Amino acid sequence: MANHILSVILFLPLAGAIVLLFLPRENKNAIRWVANMFALAGFIISLPLVPMFWAVKDQPGFKFVEGGANNWIPSIGAGYHIGIDGISFLLIMLTTLLGWIAVLCSWTAIQERVKEYYVWFLVLQAGMLGVFMALDFFLFYVFWEVMLVPMYLLIGIWGGPRKLYAAIKFFLYTLAGSVLMLLGILFLYFHHHGMTGEYTFDIQKIYQTSPSITGTAAVLLFFAFFIGFAIKVPMFPFHTWLPDAHVEAPTAGSVILAGVLLKMGTYGLIRFSIPLFPRVAMNPTVRGWMIGLSIVGIIYGALVSLMQKDMKKLVAYSSVSHLGFCTLGIFALNPLGLSGSVIQQINHGISTGALFLIVGILYERRHTREISEYGGISNVMPLYATITLIMFMSSLGLPLLNGFVGEFTILQGSYMENKYWAAWAVTGVILGAAYLLWLYQRVFFGNVTNPKNEHLHDLTPREVLTFAPLLIAAVWIGVYPKPFFEVLDQPVKAIVSTVRPDYPLNPPAPVKAQFAPAASGQAAAAGGSR
Amino acid sequence: MNLHLVAIPLLPLAGAAINGLLGKRFPRTLVATVALAFTAASFLWAVWAAIQFADGGAAGPYIEHFATWMQIGNFQAEYGFYLDHLSMVMMLIVTGVGFLIHVYSVGYMWEEGGFYRFFCYLNLFMFFMLTLVLASNYLQLFVGWEGVGLASYLLIGFFFWRDSAAAAGKKAFIVNRIGDFTFLIGLFLLIKHFGTLDFASVFSKIGVLPTGEATGLLTAIALMLLGGACGKSAQLPLYVWLPDAMEGPTPVSALIHAATMVTAGVYMIARSHAIFDRAPMALLVVAIIGCATALFAATIGLVQHDIKRVLAYSTVSQLGYMVLACGVAAYSAALFHLMTHAFFKALLFLGAGSVIHALGGEQDMRRMGGLRKKIPWTFWSMTFATLAIAGAPPFAGFFSKDEILWRAFSSAHGSWVFWLIGLITAGLTSFYMFRLWFLTFFGDFRGAQHEEPEASGRERHASDAASAAPPGHGAHGASAAGGHGHGHDGVHESPPIMLVPLVILAILSLVGGWVGIPAVLGGGNHFEKFLAPVFEAYATAGETAPASPAEPSGPSEMSLSLAATGAALVGFLLAWWMYHRRPELHVRARQRLGELYRVLDHKYWIDEIYGAVFVRPLIGLSRAVLWRGVDAGVIDGTVNGSATAARELSDSVRHMQSGNIRSYAGWVAAGAACVLVYMIWLGMR
Repeated sequence: MANHILSVILFLPLAGAIVLLFLPRENKNAIRWVANMFALAGFIISLPLVPMFWAVKDQPGFKFVEGGANNWIPSIGAGYHIGIDGISFLLIMLTTLLGWIAVLCSWTAIQERVKEYYVWFLVLQAGMLGVFMALDFFLFYVFWEVMLVPMYLLIGIWGGPRKLYAAIKFFLYTLAGSVLMLLGILFLYFHHHGMTGEYTFDIQKIYQTSPSITGTAAVLLFFAFFIGFAIKVPMFPFHTWLPDAHVEAPTAGSVILAGVLLKMGTYGLIRFSIPLFPRVAMNPTVRGWMIGLSIVGIIYGALVSLMQKDMKKLVAYSSVSHLGFCTLGIFALNPLGLSGSVIQQINHGISTGALFLIVGILYERRHTREISEYGGISNVMPLYATITLIMFMSSLGLPLLNGFVGEFTILQGSYMENKYWAAWAVTGVILGAAYLLWLYQRVFFGNVTNPKNEHLHDLTPREVLTFAPLLIAAVWIGVYPKPFFEVLDQPVKAIVSTVRPDYPLNPPAPVKAQFAPAASGQAAAAGGSR
Repeated sequence: MNLHLVAIPLLPLAGAAINGLLGKRFPRTLVATVALAFTAASFLWAVWAAIQFADGGAAGPYIEHFATWMQIGNFQAEYGFYLDHLSMVMMLIVTGVGFLIHVYSVGYMWEEGGFYRFFCYLNLFMFFMLTLVLASNYLQLFVGWEGVGLASYLLIGFFFWRDSAAAAGKKAFIVNRIGDFTFLIGLFLLIKHFGTLDFASVFSKIGVLPTGEATGLLTAIALMLLGGACGKSAQLPLYVWLPDAMEGPTPVSALIHAATMVTAGVYMIARSHAIFDRAPMALLVVAIIGCATALFAATIGLVQHDIKRVLAYSTVSQLGYMVLACGVAAYSAALFHLMTHAFFKALLFLGAGSVIHALGGEQDMRRMGGLRKKIPWTFWSMTFATLAIAGAPPFAGFFSKDEILWRAFSSAHGSWVFWLIGLITAGLTSFYMFRLWFLTFFGDFRGAQHEEPEASGRERHASDAASAAPPGHGAHGASAAGGHGHGHDGVHESPPIMLVPLVILAILSLVGGWVGIPAVLGGGNHFEKFLAPVFEAYATAGETAPASPAEPSGPSEMSLSLAATGAALVGFLLAWWMYHRRPELHVRARQRLGELYRVLDHKYWIDEIYGAVFVRPLIGLSRAVLWRGVDAGVIDGTVNGSATAARELSDSVRHMQSGNIRSYAGWVAAGAACVLVYMIWLGMR
């Protein structure tokens, strides 16, 4: 099994979906139990990956590789080729964890067409895992599209009142992006053939030939991929599908959408856009635009979030702001920025995933997400209020919780490149406190003024269970993020050395706390020369 | 020698965890025992560590590396603890005064709902504050810095069912975040140019720079750090959160918003003295901000009616003194005043709490008076504190304030202007403190009468809200903020558990200054000598240490000291004249002053100005322009109505079945194919 652990993780949800198909649709509880078992098993089965990956984290290249180039459909050069590095490893762990939590939190929320719901959910889970594992463009694209359809259905069938509008908007936006990406992939495919005479979709092979594309073609290709990913992230101004999709999606859909699906975009930028077109990524104009859009996203998302009357929409816009930090870190293109970005993606999955769960809990009890309907909830649901406050603090970047580690690293990385980037982005940190604490004040503080809120019951044990792993993860990353950064060290350095061969990746270790006049004098002189 | 300094912050954290997780089921005595035991243990450990450190006789700091927090590329952040004379003083103030306030709180909060919650937050605050003062690097300092902000947020909003309390907590957090903005930039500058945030490495790297080197960079760093200090230590222009923070329970005001947390900014500047010493421009800015804040806040304090608000503005003003001392590079004077201020201001707040407790939640001084006989212990301890803050010899505040005024005048970075403003502020301080003292304890009890109906409405909300039991906050017990059931049937003295801390602090307010009696008054100036190893380290060879200025040719230290005492005396006499001897005078004075009084009474309309200039435009921009305009109008407008898809999209988006998507996908694909052909053609060319 050890050799095929990735395949096991990847196909277990699909197996679960197939098992569910054979269950009678009337027996809702059996369906729920089986789906939860498979989701939990999907998480548990991914746990052995942690020590296994830890042992090999410093080896170069992809680990746990299965299959190979062109072994699936040799005639067109498509292969079942999967493998992971530190970046995809963390995202996979996040996916299996959030997948389980999302399935668990749907227990009472979904009452109609239960069977289809869980089937689609497990298919979605497999699709997401596949995206993070694929080392073949053909395979990647299949998974990319596979996960699009279940998400469309989750919103369109189990969503809120304007679900069709939201679902179609989501679908069209994402489809437009992925078609552009398909074009890019095909172009690379033919280009590879033109250079080597071999037709292949193998990503590692295409890595070798794609940098030779130059000029306008490279820029256009970069943007073909970029737009696909930017829509998914979503970067300003491609973000307007997100609030609609989130507002209409069921809670579990929102958790997965924010927690994992958005990371496909940032993952794509890191995995494809940058290593495939390193020179375009480093082009000052292109990079300036990327950074500019990220910063606009950070501030814009936060400001618009401030004004929302619907809790879920508020959290959705805050995602735009948080993901702006992630893309800022990516295009800082140094180890700090990139590792901070990946950590922040994980953090966003944890914190925002939890925020959507939090909104979902009130929604399930009151069937409204209007902020003005609430007030004084701390009085009736103290445990819920406490957990909410911790997750808010994690989201607004309080030290010793996860958000701070990511934000600080990203800001530091971007400061190393350009001080104005960081200075603008830090305003997002202020605004983050503003919109979250204002929301907290309006929902939780004060007296219970709405009689409908007087008898809300506090969290059930099942609900506490959905938060527990997220709380543990938030504290762990906040207090001791070192192992996470160690996992990211090798892939991040590999990317930076691809894009910036002259970047000093391994300078002498900084002078420790000892008083060493000679060494520190030298360093101080270097510092002072600026 | 291993002091295990990590235990000092972790002990209160353990207390917070126990009370936070289990306290709901504990009886109150157990909650109080846990909270006090862990705080006391932390204090004893701190004392033990201090003794060990002092016995070791080491000139340099004792540094304890605990673990690595982050390591990315060549950046490293540690969990580490750093003990030198400076952090020792802070550590002992925080744990010592903190413990006394914990004891007091047991009595004060006994009848409140959420007793365990209160002590959980209070212990959590101790954890973060000790993390802050014992940090061995700027990042860990920032952890404590933000953490005390969280604790402050929770405790200001402790009576969360009161809207004003909830709003004040939020305001405190956000205003502090604005200060953190520049603080973070300062940290990035340090990392970029020195490669580390470790105190010892940064300062030693700066220490070996030739004089005059990198002044621009160091000035920039110093100014950025100052921004953070302005937020945390409530200096202009970011002081606005502190007066509102008085919405919290009174022990919180004493511990967090007087004695410890708000001094973090002063501590941070003193800690970074190696940077500030080499940035004279930055020092000048520090001095100006401190000086302006001291005077500005004191003038507002003159006319406040709420007893806690007077003390709040007084705190802002006294913090201004400390910042001024930092600005003239007299860090040990700043620390000296920080320490004495911790004693007497904590005492003033606790005493005020005792008064409020005695009156069943009343905070308006216009409804006090004549309490001297009824609550004698409170009266006498308050008297000690008032004398101390007013600067009456030989109370603690006299020596520390004197030291600051002398340094402001004589230091190489000083000026007679700073001294004069400091002197005026000293007079104002004496006036508003004795005004408080006379209004509260002398004359006749005015509790029943409403002397000015038109003026009472605005500020009564706090106390009214405090004593009215809120409807329907079932989960947190029945008793409400300050609503001591027995409070209304007569004024009564507080229980011993509240009085003992008052008495201890009263003694400290008297003798606390004797450790720093200057040579000119026959003392040994021990405090300054004690801190000298910290502030003389990293000084450049060419510079004369500011701690020992050459004999100035102007007025002597003695004559300045007399002037300060004179100013305090004038303040006292004026207060006595206006509020005790001829009480009708202050009403006349108010009418005579007219517009000036209105300006002070409205606190210079600073909150209103900030609202009009920053908050409302930002909200308007977000709502009207960004959200309704850009998001819904431009972007969605473009998407929904763009080009060829416009008509069908706006129509079909509402009615479209999933079947139609395929045709859409088809169109998109067709368009894409055209682009593909073009691109292939480009590539093949």
